[in-house]
Order: sequence, then C-alpha cells, then structure tokens
Amino acid sequence: MPALSILIWLPLACGLLGALAARRNERIPGIVALLGCTGALGLAIAYLIQYGPGSSGLKDVTDVVWISELGIHYKLGLSGLNVALVGLTALLFFAAILASNLRSWERPRLFYFHMMLAESAVLGAFLAQDLALFVAFFDLMLIPFYFLIGGWGTGPDRVKATIKLVIYTLVGSLLMLAAAIATGVLAGSQHGQHITFVLSALQGLPLSRGSQEWIFLFFAAAFLVKMPAFPLHGWMPDGYRAMPIEVLMVFSGVLSKVGAYGFLAIVLPLFPQASAHFQTLMLVIALLSILYGSAVAFTQTDARLIAGYSSVAQLGFITFGIFALDPQGAQGALLQMVNHGLVVAPIFFIIALLAARSGGSEDIRDMGGIALRAPVLAVAFLIVALATLAMPGSANFVGEFLILLGVFKAKLALAIIAFAGVVAASVYALRLFIRSMHNRVGSGVRSREMTLTDGAVLVPVLAVIVLLAFYPQGLLKRSEASVGASVSAAHIALTEPPQTLATAEEP
Amino acid sequence: MTMLATTALKGPHVDFAALSPLIALLGGAIVVLMVGLLGPRRLRELFVPVLALVALGASIGLTIWRWNTPESVISGALRVDRLSLTLNLALAAGGIATVLLAWRSRAVREAAHGELYAMLLTTIGGMALLAAAQNTIAVFLGLELLSIPLYVMCASEMRRERSLESGLKYLIVGSVGSATLLYGLALIYGATGATDFSGIANAISNDGMASNAMVLSGIALCVAGLAFKSSVAPFHQWTPDVYEGAPTPITAFMAVATKVASLGVLLRLFDVAFIGAQSSWGPALATLATITILVGNVGALGQSSLKRMLAYSSIAQAGYILAGVVVSTALGAQATVFYLAVYVFMNKAAFAVIVVRERETNLGDSVHALAGLGARAPWLAWPMTICMLGLAGIPGTVGFIGKFQLIHALVSGNYTWLAIVLVVGSMISLGYYLPVIAAMWMRPAPSPAKAGAPGAIPAIAGGSQDLDDDDNASDDGSDGDGEENASGRWPEVAFVAVLSGATTIFFGIVPQPLFDLVHGVGSALGLM
Repeated sequence: MPALSILIWLPLACGLLGALAARRNERIPGIVALLGCTGALGLAIAYLIQYGPGSSGLKDVTDVVWISELGIHYKLGLSGLNVALVGLTALLFFAAILASNLRSWERPRLFYFHMMLAESAVLGAFLAQDLALFVAFFDLMLIPFYFLIGGWGTGPDRVKATIKLVIYTLVGSLLMLAAAIATGVLAGSQHGQHITFVLSALQGLPLSRGSQEWIFLFFAAAFLVKMPAFPLHGWMPDGYRAMPIEVLMVFSGVLSKVGAYGFLAIVLPLFPQASAHFQTLMLVIALLSILYGSAVAFTQTDARLIAGYSSVAQLGFITFGIFALDPQGAQGALLQMVNHGLVVAPIFFIIALLAARSGGSEDIRDMGGIALRAPVLAVAFLIVALATLAMPGSANFVGEFLILLGVFKAKLALAIIAFAGVVAASVYALRLFIRSMHNRVGSGVRSREMTLTDGAVLVPVLAVIVLLAFYPQGLLKRSEASVGASVSAAHIALTEPPQTLATAEEP
Repeated sequence: MTMLATTALKGPHVDFAALSPLIALLGGAIVVLMVGLLGPRRLRELFVPVLALVALGASIGLTIWRWNTPESVISGALRVDRLSLTLNLALAAGGIATVLLAWRSRAVREAAHGELYAMLLTTIGGMALLAAAQNTIAVFLGLELLSIPLYVMCASEMRRERSLESGLKYLIVGSVGSATLLYGLALIYGATGATDFSGIANAISNDGMASNAMVLSGIALCVAGLAFKSSVAPFHQWTPDVYEGAPTPITAFMAVATKVASLGVLLRLFDVAFIGAQSSWGPALATLATITILVGNVGALGQSSLKRMLAYSSIAQAGYILAGVVVSTALGAQATVFYLAVYVFMNKAAFAVIVVRERETNLGDSVHALAGLGARAPWLAWPMTICMLGLAGIPGTVGFIGKFQLIHALVSGNYTWLAIVLVVGSMISLGYYLPVIAAMWMRPAPSPAKAGAPGAIPAIAGGSQDLDDDDNASDDGSDGDGEENASGRWPEVAFVAVLSGATTIFFGIVPQPLFDLVHGVGSALGLM
C-alpha cells in the first residue's frame, strides 16, 4: 500500500495544482479538485479493504521525527478507530466537491484550494498518531473553513459569524494545545523520561490522577466545542446559516466527528482515571445535548437549523456512547459517527435542492408538496430521514442500540432519559420530511425532479447508507479490537476502586 | 615611573576578529554617512542603501564566521557567543528588511539619505553591543547607542507633525527609562562592588545578598528601565503613540529590533547576573508578563489603525517572550530566542504590507486600506494572512512552533499557570488578527466614492491620485493586474513581504534549522 502521507497530501497537492495551473478556465480548479478527491476516495477504500474485519493495532505506520527537541514525530497510522472515519471523510469530500462543481464560484481557484486544504487537514487529524501532530492538524483544519465561510458564505453577517465560529473553536483548541504540551512534559517528568508526544509511548506513561483531571477538562472543552455539545454550541446557528451548503456538508459531516474521535482515540486511552472520574459529568452534558438539540430541532422552521440542532442531539448520543466507558457503547458511538456523517451531508444537500424548488427559501413553512413532482428526490430524502430517526433496520438503529446498551450497564437512569431522544429524533426528522415534501403546496414552490448530476452527488452516499444498514458488522468487526483497546483502561478505572489504582500508581 | 605609567595606561587586549560583526556595522555607518554627503542625488539614492545593505550583509557573514568560536573580548566586557550571535543574525535580518522598506520612503528623502541609514546602522550596532554585554557599563553603553539614533529616526519625517510628536514622546519616555536603569545599575554596583555579570552573580548567590534591600531595589529599577525599552506593561503607554506616529519603516524596525535587543539583554541580566535572586524577581517578572500579555491583547482589540494594533500586539508578544525569561532554564532561554527570531519575520511582512498600502491609498494605515486586497494583490495579501495567522499561533506557521516551545518551557519550569495565561492571551489575540484577514479576503475593495466613508480618512481634493490609479487597475483587468501593479511598483517591499511570509511557512513545516540555531543559547548562558 502507498504511504498514508499520500492519502493526506494528495488533496492539498491537487488544490495547489488547480490554483496555480488554471489562469484561463474557471472550471479547471474544480475538476482538478474532483480528481484529487476521487484519488483520495480510492485510496481510502483500498485502506478499508486492507484493514479487514478482525484486524487490530496500527497498520501502515509512517514514523519520522519531526522536531527532535520537542519529541514530536510525524507519525501516521491506520487503526480500527480511524479507518472508517477516513473513508467517511473521503466520501463526503468527494460528494461535496462534486456538488460544488455543479455551480460556478467566484474566485474558484481559492475556493477549491481551501476545500482541499480542509480535506488534507481533516485526514491528517484522523490519521495522526502523535498528540502534537493531532493538535496541529486539528487547529489547521479550521483555517480553510474560516476563509470558506467568510469568503463564499451567504448573508450579511457572515464575517461576524465566521469570526465567532473560529474564535469559539480556537479557544477550545488553544486550551487543548496547552493541555497536550502539559501531557507530554508531565508524562516525561513523572516517569523520568525524555519528552514525547507519540500516542503509543504516552499510553505507557500514565499521568498522575491530579494532572489527568485538569488536562481532561481542557481536552473536553476543545472537543465539545467542535462537536458542538450543549452549552458550547453558541457558534453553531450563525455559522450554519452563513455557510455555503457544499461547505456545510463536510463541516457538519466530518469536522464534528474529529471531536468525537478525539475523545475515543486520545482522551480515553491517555486519561483513563479522569475519564472515569468525570463520567457522570460527560454523560449529563451528552444527555442535555440530546434533549436540548431535539427540543430546539422541532421548534425551528429553518431547515438548516433543524438539521444543525439534530446534529447537536446526534453528537450527544455519540458522546453518550463514548462515556459509557464500555466497549459496546464505544462501538456504537463509532458506528454512529459514520452514520451521522452519512445522513447529515445528504440532508444539507437535499435542503439546497428543496430551497431551489421553493423560491430560495430554506424555511419549511415556504416548502410543502415538493414530493408530487419529484418522486425520486422524495425517495432519496425518505431514505435519509428514516436513517436519521434510526429506523430499525438502519445502521443508525444498530448504533443507537449499542450506545444505549452500553449506558444501561453504566447508568441506568440516564439511559432511560436518553430514550426520549430516540423518540424525539423521529419527531423532528419526520416533521422536516412531511412539511417539505407533503402538506399543502407552498406558495412559491415550483417543484421539479432532481437532475442526474444531483443524483450523482447523492447516490454514492445513499448507497453506503443502504450498505451499512444491511451489513453494519463490516464496520463493527474492523473496529472491535481497537475500540476495546481504547476503552479498556478507562473501563478498568471505572470498575476497580480508585484507591488501589492510586496506590499502585505511586512508584 | 614611565614603565608604570605605560602599563597603567595600556588598554585591554582587543580581539578585532571576534568584534568584527560589530565593527562592520559601525564602520558601515561611517561610510554610509560619508557617501551620503558626497555624491549627486541620483548616485546617493542608489549607493547609500546599497552600502547599508553591504554593511548588514557583511555583519551577517562575519557572524556566521565567528559561529563556533565563543569568546570574551575587551577584558570580559562583551561576550561573543551563540546568544549574541543569534541575536545579531536576527537584528541584521531586521535591518536589511528595514533598509528595503525605507528605500523609497518619504522619511529617507526628508532626512537626507546618508543620515537615516547611518543612524540605522548605529542603532543596530548598539543593539549588537547590548546583546553581547557582559557588564553593566556595556549594557548602558549599548542601550544609549541604540536609543539616541532611534529618537531621531522616529522624527525623521520632519514635515509631519505626528512623526515629530512621536520622536519627542519616545525621547522623553526613553530617557526616563535609561535613567531608571542607570539608577538600578548603580545601586547594584554599590551593593555588590562589581560591574561584570559574573561578579554580580557571585556576590548575589555566594555572599548572601539575594535579599539585600539595595540589590533588590537595584533589580527592581533595572526591571522598570528595561521594561520601558521593551514596552512591558505597565511601562508600555508610549508604544502605540510612538509606533503610530513614526514613519512606517522605522516602526517596523522598532517593533522588531528593539524588542530583540532589550529582551536579549533581559535574558543575560536576569538569567546570568541576577540568577541568585530568582526567587525574588521571578514572581515579580511573572506578574509583569501576565499584565503585559493581558494589556497588550485587550488593547489591540478594536483598533482600526494597523500600526496601533501591531503596537499592542507587540506588547503582548513582549509578554510572551518575557515569560520565557522568567522560567530561567536553558529551555526557557532557547524558547525566548526562538520566539524572538520568529517574531522578526512575522512582523516584517505585516509592516511591509502597511508600507505599500500607505503609499497606494490615502487611507493610511487603517484596516480599511486592506479591504479587497486578496483579490487585487494576492502577493501582498498572502504574506499578510500568513503573518497574522503566525502571530496568532496557528499550526503550519512558525508562530505555532514558537508558542509550542514557549509553553513547553513554561510547563517544564513549573510555570504552568503562566502557560495558561499565554494561551488565554492567544485566544484574545484571535479577536484582532482574524478581522485583518477578514478585511483582506471577505470585504470588497472600497470604491472611490466610499473611500471617504466613515472611519476612513477623507480624500484630499486632487490628492487621491494613487487611489485612482489603483481602481483603474482593478477595473480593467483580472486580479493578476493588481498583483503586478503592487509588486511592480514597490518590488523591494513586496520582496520583503513575500520572503517573510515564505519564511514563516517554511520554518513552520521544517523548524529543525531554527532549533539548531538556538540550540547553543542555553549553554551560552550557563543555565542547566
């Protein structure tokens, strides 16, 4: 297999190539970007096949020293935790770039350059196996979105919205930066070793409980903002409203997953005792996100915000599963990350199609009756809507089931309340579907069937949704070993009395 | 008798080879002054800057030549080691950028070509002296040698009131700072009986003077004096006014070089001479760093003048760098010097862009002058973007590595809380760096009609020739024309901007050479 670096940097290389090569033709950057995405998607599929069911540990490791003074390595590796998310990233960027090619952009060279930079950074964040490298990619992936929203967004307040979004997320990231450096330094000094940031090495150098706790909180702040989770979601409504839909597809589909992935790949293995200590707090935050997100989602009339708040709820479920600190819950969370990415990106794309049919308005009160003249579009939307509400038979059902199963073992009461969220999901998903597709025909609605090119954007994603619905094991078996390894330390910390751990830890 | 007299008068041995980087600068100053007096105007305009560049280039070359031979010169008054040589490189690089920025500026024309460049070389000489100083006399000498020409340089746009005001303000505040420092040094001499750093260090750590009232008040006065120079809060009030008023190339120089020199000497003074009293000055300096970071970052919010914004930003950055001094470990020293070096590139690009926009629009250094620059002149907008991201500490730029290194040093030196302050400061800083980027890429260029809109300086009748040229360029062509326009008219300024931006990215991805550069700094200070 080619090195993972190729997968990461191929998009950026194509973005640069498109930006530099195309002076005359405004369509070339888009086509070059699409080629880059297709290449990345091909590689990601190849990696998925190679990291077959039952695999464990890191594969295809690239490990070079980046900054020796700081013990930072350029270490990439494929594990059961990231292989599916890499596939999701490649797929959604492919769909988003394809969708972007359907219309012409002002300053296309820059637009596609930023999109491709974003893909490279997200892939880098998923594949990084060094804490400092992860932080670097995590911060870096925000920058292209800053330009994309501010430069190509809609609405008069887009610049304000984008600055708000960036400040919110970078505040979290900077806290994480401090916490990450502290992790490296303290792990080194508490064990008398040279500073290192390589994840596998850090796992062998557990921190003292006191250090773990404040570091945990800093990391949690960064990841919860990114997701976004309930009290930290303030940037979301303005940001989502201002984003071009093609950008929103990847932003909502992929970026939020980096936060959840961070919990699973970094926080649980490195700070197991703190994870156990703050379990209830995190579960409560997750629960509040579920309830708040669902409640707001079925009071909103702006279709984008319905999808946005439903994401808050869904990400709440994912956090819920992760902090069950149980292999089943975490497996469910990982599956749900992929599922959510797969449904939310087409929802946003469909919202754009609906808006085009209802006189440009994204308000569901202006829609209605679109299904009549667009049956294929209605079917596509129905598939996505049913997947969103976790219909039994969909992979989302499996995911939510596993999550709740995991939490049942840990906190029964919280799991019971979370069931309300499952019910709420069907309310807001069906409300969005019915109000836009059926009901009385809206006054400004001129419905028409979706075109073949629109279909080309939707079909690959829908195909994967259907595939996963039939065979979620394909994903679960790939991640089983890695998820188990990632959760085990925290699971032990949770089940064993803390006193013995504290004494065992003292050298 | 005669024998005695000659031995008594015999000066110390001077190793000219070790001093050569300094001699190149000061010798260059004299040559430049002479050439500026002689030739006819056209020749003068060509030869003076070229010779100044030659002098700076020679200084860099000689610095590299002395790289591996650290030694004390002039009876231990100066020490040419990795620290001073590294700072020399940063200073000379800053000097070269300043010469290029000032090449065709009004300040140079008004202040007779030779003189401004001669003063520039002299002040860099003073900074180099300061960076190498090993006793308090050399510190004061270096400080005055750097300050006095700077006062004049600030006022060098003689026909602009603000420039004169800025020079006068700087003169008054700077003299107060120098006097305070001199008091402090005198008290320390009085208490310890030594002027050289090792003697002072010995007296403080071995003779139990760490809590001596005279020593402590001396240290306090030194802190205050140097804080004036390096614009550390609460001694920073002069900075925004002086930076705003001074001609932009000079501001660019002050922002970068003064900081390098004065924080360099702080490093030597505190981490070598006063190291024995670290427990007394450590908390005080840490508090100052905290105040500086907060004051600088909060002050920069909402500034519409870019020079004022960068002035406050430089205050904040001084706070970050001071934090590196506070930890007083080898790691801290390395992080400090690393950040100083990085800080030079990141600021130069920003100032270069301001210089161009001041010459091309009548909006001065207002942030509005940058509106729409991304589409018109990407060769200026990209470096500016990169530098703003770098100053904010975004990965992919060297600013990220610099902050990483500082936080690393702080956490390892048990100053985790200060690291958090630094992080909080960086968060606030996003609030003023990001809008600059937004102005360039996300706001349309001001149309001629809007140039007089609220917030902008109204166009003077018949005085907006530059602006009109610009708008024609952007009307009749794609963005390619704007870019050729900017870099075509001011190639040397665009060169500074692009080179600084490229350096910021390059070292952000491949930081190893910079780490190698600062590697010997900690050992030069004798810190373990």
